[in-house]
Amino acid sequence: MTPNLHLWLIPILPLIGAAINGLLGKRFSRQMVAGVALAFCGAAFGMALWIAARFSSLTLPHVENLATWLSSGSFSVDYSFALDQLSLVMLLIVTGVGFLIHIYSVGYMWEDGGYYRFFSYLNLFMFFMLTLVLASNYLLMFVGWEGVGLASYLLIGFFFLRDSAAAAGKKAFIVNRIGDFGFLIALFLMIKHFGTLDFQRVFDAVKPYSPETAGVGFLTAIALLLMLGACGKSAQIPLYVWLPDAMEGPTPVSALIHAATMVTAGVYMVARSHVIFERAPSALMVVAIIGTLTAFFAATIGIAQTDIKKVLAYSTISQLGYMFLACGVAAFSAGIFHLMTHAFFKGLLFLAAGSVIHAVGGEQDMRKMGGLRKHIPWTFWTMTIATLAIAGIPPFAGFFSKDEILWRAYQASWIYWLIGIVTAFLTSFYMFRLWFMTFFGEYRGAAAASHGHEEHVLDSRAGAPAPHGHGHAGIHESPAIMLAPLVILAVLSVVGGWVGWPGSLGGNNRFDQFLGPVFRVSTPAVNTEHAQAGESLPPEKETEGAEPKTGHRTELIFTGISVGAGLLGLFLAWLLYLRRPELPDRIAASLHGLYSAVAHKYWIDELYAWLFVKPLIALSGTVFWRGIDQGVIDATLNSSADGARDLSDEVRHMQSGNIRSYAAWIAVGATAVVAYMVWVGLRTP
Amino acid sequence: MVPLSYYLVLSGMLFACGVTGFLIKRNIITIFMSIELMLNGVNLSFVAFAARWQQLSGQVFVFFVMVVAAAEAAVGLAIIIALFRTRETLNVDQVNLLKL
Repeated sequence: MTPNLHLWLIPILPLIGAAINGLLGKRFSRQMVAGVALAFCGAAFGMALWIAARFSSLTLPHVENLATWLSSGSFSVDYSFALDQLSLVMLLIVTGVGFLIHIYSVGYMWEDGGYYRFFSYLNLFMFFMLTLVLASNYLLMFVGWEGVGLASYLLIGFFFLRDSAAAAGKKAFIVNRIGDFGFLIALFLMIKHFGTLDFQRVFDAVKPYSPETAGVGFLTAIALLLMLGACGKSAQIPLYVWLPDAMEGPTPVSALIHAATMVTAGVYMVARSHVIFERAPSALMVVAIIGTLTAFFAATIGIAQTDIKKVLAYSTISQLGYMFLACGVAAFSAGIFHLMTHAFFKGLLFLAAGSVIHAVGGEQDMRKMGGLRKHIPWTFWTMTIATLAIAGIPPFAGFFSKDEILWRAYQASWIYWLIGIVTAFLTSFYMFRLWFMTFFGEYRGAAAASHGHEEHVLDSRAGAPAPHGHGHAGIHESPAIMLAPLVILAVLSVVGGWVGWPGSLGGNNRFDQFLGPVFRVSTPAVNTEHAQAGESLPPEKETEGAEPKTGHRTELIFTGISVGAGLLGLFLAWLLYLRRPELPDRIAASLHGLYSAVAHKYWIDELYAWLFVKPLIALSGTVFWRGIDQGVIDATLNSSADGARDLSDEVRHMQSGNIRSYAAWIAVGATAVVAYMVWVGLRTP
Repeated sequence: MVPLSYYLVLSGMLFACGVTGFLIKRNIITIFMSIELMLNGVNLSFVAFAARWQQLSGQVFVFFVMVVAAAEAAVGLAIIIALFRTRETLNVDQVNLLKL
């Protein structure tokens, strides 16, 4: 007898908060709005903690069925929630980091208009994200999946008076739609082949299959389509273009949705579907390749960005690439481990960046910052920890997760590892570049600031009155309510990785062991075919669980190399942006073509515009709009109306007012009737 | 015994004459008489059918028509006299306005 945990309450609580703030918030004071939002979000977090405390006494997976949602013939979908190790980790990340970011937002958004609207959306996002994480079948997961997309759209376009924000929201939504399309088709295929969408039953149905090593079977098709969905949600090549634009949203939104939680939904989904992916080696390889390429590609773009949030956005894409690389080499727990540490340090980076932006009055261009170290020490130190964490410097959280991924990638193929290590170097470089440009050197925004700021602040926070129009002298540390989450996340960014202390360094990777049951249960049976599958799928023993002891020496060497790559990035950034600040310009000038390609994000946006957007708009404009909508649908309606009018125009002349013409019409009519009757009479004798 | 169709043809011809007169004549008295002609054409067919089916309702209906026609003639002629006094014409084309 398993206890009833009332899992359904966890998503519902934030929904209630969203409803209260959304419906009544307009009349509330700011304190009241913040109180409602924090109370319900905090309640969800508290409940997650309570469940975590009771976790060891549960039989897993713990499924709670509320009702049958829909049933049609033998196919039915339940409204039910499930809890296992994987969803517990996600649950704690989402509610915990989400709650911290809620607290931070209370301070960050204080000066902005639409305060209640913001918190209502934020709570709504929590509801959908928790539904996604706790769902026990693909359809309910899809509801959450679409819902977070909606919340993301609403929050990116939060400053909707600004055109770029509205456009960015639209772009995110439409690009996600492409991925969702893949997800949906995958669901249809599952219904066709398995007749169910319940996780447990789908996986049970999949288990008897051996890996599709030769050719592309339906498992590979399902896996690839799921990956397409994940590409959209988690901003992977080729659907990553929406995430940098999504930085138009308020910074807490970037931290919560576009760094810590929503964008990791794709990783979660792939990890959740690992049973399917493990039986589709070619799909796994695609996942690994996409992850590797995205990690590298986004990191190179990140180097040349000047907007502090854009750097972080590309960094997020790049780190998500690492997670997919981990999933692609069947190291799912490593992927989830990086997801967790990433949620801590990237959430922290965004919040700290928000604090920086707050301090300099809305400026986001790093070229106009500098020397902020002395002015905002709390932000500086927390950001330093986060930067060290993402750069993979031990003993910060990012080191452990990234190192584990790289090690597992090396076991699959040295190419993945090589690109991964180069990316690690690039990551370290652009992050320290950001760090040096923001906090060191001389403040560069002052001269232009006092005059230009007012305008800029207005511009960057459309709709809201300028919160602080001040220049250099006004650089100030954020209020305590914003600093507290920073400090907590900074602590997590330090200690968060210790749960996955690798065996090679004398630990035993408890995180991996914790998640082990989820991923190990379903590892496909080793057969001869499998062994031949080669690089992309390591044998069972290495897939999950304790790592072989013999490899420790090699692993330590690789750990050393990745730490070295991180330090090299730090050194190079120091050299270029602090020691010799004139060098970057000279390098950029000498590598003109390459530099402008990177600075213009490889013209991918332009390419997509030329390749897809423009033809689509042209097609819609000419064929669908003018051709079908106006030419067929409107034309039918209009011409029938015109015909009726023309007919009436003619018939109207009968009404002449002349008695004799009326009489003549009557006579004609009567004659016609009589003639008809005579005719009928003659036909039927 | 004269067959029914003879009566009906005669009735139809009377009615047609009435219609034609109604449509082409300008003189209001002639038009009036054309209407009487139509009524009598119809009356003839009523009576013929009544005799054919040996039923009285046709005959009764004819009386009604005659009564109404008489009333109509009385009222109509009064109107025509009033009209002639004001317009000094019997041509309907010249009295197609309601006001003077």
